[in-house]
Amino acid sequence: MSERIDVSIEHRHAPAEDGGKPHPNTCPKCGSHYRDDELAASLYVCTQCGHHFPVHARDRIVQLTDEDSFVEEAAELRSDDPLEFFDLRPYAERLSEAELSTGLGEAMVIGRAAIEQQPCQLAVMEFGFMGGSMGRVVGEKFVRACDGAAERGVPLVSVTTTGGARMQEGILSLMQLPKTVCAVEDLHDAGGTLISVMAHPTTAGVLASFASLGDVLVAEPGALLSFTGPRVVQQTTREKLPDDFGLAESNYRHGHVDAIVPRPELRGTVARLLRLFANGR
Amino acid sequence: MAGEAELRLREQLSRLRSLPLLRGAKLSGELERLQKQLDRLVAEPSSEEIWRSVELARHPDRPYTLDYVERLLDDWFELHGDHHHGDDAALVAGLGRFRGRTIVLLGNQKGRDVKERTRRNFGMAYPEGYGKAMRAMDLAERHGFPIISLIDIPGAYPGVTAEQHGQGGAIARSQAELARLHVPVVACVIGEGGSGGAIATALADRVLMQENAIYTVISPEGCAAILWRDAGEARKAAAAFKPDAAHCLELGVIDAIVPEPAEGAHTDTDEAARLLGDALAESLELLDGLSGDDLRRQRRVRFRTIGQVPATR
Repeated sequence: MSERIDVSIEHRHAPAEDGGKPHPNTCPKCGSHYRDDELAASLYVCTQCGHHFPVHARDRIVQLTDEDSFVEEAAELRSDDPLEFFDLRPYAERLSEAELSTGLGEAMVIGRAAIEQQPCQLAVMEFGFMGGSMGRVVGEKFVRACDGAAERGVPLVSVTTTGGARMQEGILSLMQLPKTVCAVEDLHDAGGTLISVMAHPTTAGVLASFASLGDVLVAEPGALLSFTGPRVVQQTTREKLPDDFGLAESNYRHGHVDAIVPRPELRGTVARLLRLFANGR
Repeated sequence: MAGEAELRLREQLSRLRSLPLLRGAKLSGELERLQKQLDRLVAEPSSEEIWRSVELARHPDRPYTLDYVERLLDDWFELHGDHHHGDDAALVAGLGRFRGRTIVLLGNQKGRDVKERTRRNFGMAYPEGYGKAMRAMDLAERHGFPIISLIDIPGAYPGVTAEQHGQGGAIARSQAELARLHVPVVACVIGEGGSGGAIATALADRVLMQENAIYTVISPEGCAAILWRDAGEARKAAAAFKPDAAHCLELGVIDAIVPEPAEGAHTDTDEAARLLGDALAESLELLDGLSGDDLRRQRRVRFRTIGQVPATR
């Protein structure tokens, strides 16, 4: 990568080519642009300024787990439309579209895996699937991941990236908060461990349920971790928001997360925690 | 839409009818109540009726937690503060005697006039409020007191300090604390059951809703602003996500609907309190024979199985 010419200074203020959203491979912080293979090689972290790009669930699993160790579970689960919800478009249509664009059945992928030879259960969210929102299937998958971890006597590692509960399932999506909380409590009663990794963004209903109940809470740099997002806080309160409002760094300073771990160190850190919770085994 | 809940009610009804009348009066009251719920359920609420519930749930004269405390509890002693660094007036907690036994009561509290509304932050709790609630839960657990939790919150407060004090984590831990208890917990939504702020104190063995209360994942305005990109479309949003008591019962989210005076709770606070008191007493009675371990297990099962996911498409 050393032969690449740094053109970030020239590009920093260049308008996006289509006049709208910047290219997904362009760093929103410093303007550096990457090829797909460059980004994948750097774990989707900007090598110039350290900005963490979003990671799809499948890529996250590849980054974290030992090669070929991941065995997906409950992949067949699909959401239905309990309220026959219709806003500007039908919920059912949004679901099919999300499935097509992400190649995933829902906004969470679960399964068994190993990280540096430590066996664990994995629950990884996909922001690309309707903003990583938690409806009944996401809740159910998380519960199954907890039960699987308890049954096999291995820790559960969750990686969250989500806007919160899924509005299209109404009150049933709110019920996923107590549902996942009860599952974590059952896991803890069985002597199990939850390691919660919070990526950008982990907000609202997921922050207010299982993501905050990990034995250890780890955040990625720059991740927004807030119950209410900055825009709503600004509109409701007219308060001047601090520059780092709701960010992982602010949460760390105020004592709400145990560590901020840059993505290149995440796999090693999770493995170290798994070894510690396995009590030296 | 007449589905599972209706079948469940019909079954309950026929079972009750065929029971030998051991507790005559009590049982016929139950029959009447079930029949009423069934009637409501069969007549599915229209969009207008749903919006009327939204308006009534937010009516400025609607009874609040402390109005019910005054009418239902003796020897009320309010607890203050999370004993760390603050007291949140938007969430009250205390000890009192309800029909002869000591209970712990938790409740969201809005204000009546401008001054009180400001002091109580329009009923929107800070993490300190949930800290106080957790302290009260802990107290109840130590002494074996049942918990009554009254829900009436537009939503947990969306502010900078609330975030800095850990709003999300506080709501998560409050639920976790409730999931651990060995004492009976009965919750009733008495106005607005607004999102995470509401569920924080609503992970209960029995969850009730007053007839004109609403229970929502997000406020109708918030939902409209996001999905319709126009907060003015709140009526449409409310009709789409169905936050009224009849729908919540149908979806299995609540166990029973508490009747209100004919024109709404705000028209007769005394009568509303009497009806609420009876419903709470009945729920506590239902939980009476259960051991602490059973209560806890069943509470978790209740929430783990709400709105079961359909079989594979």
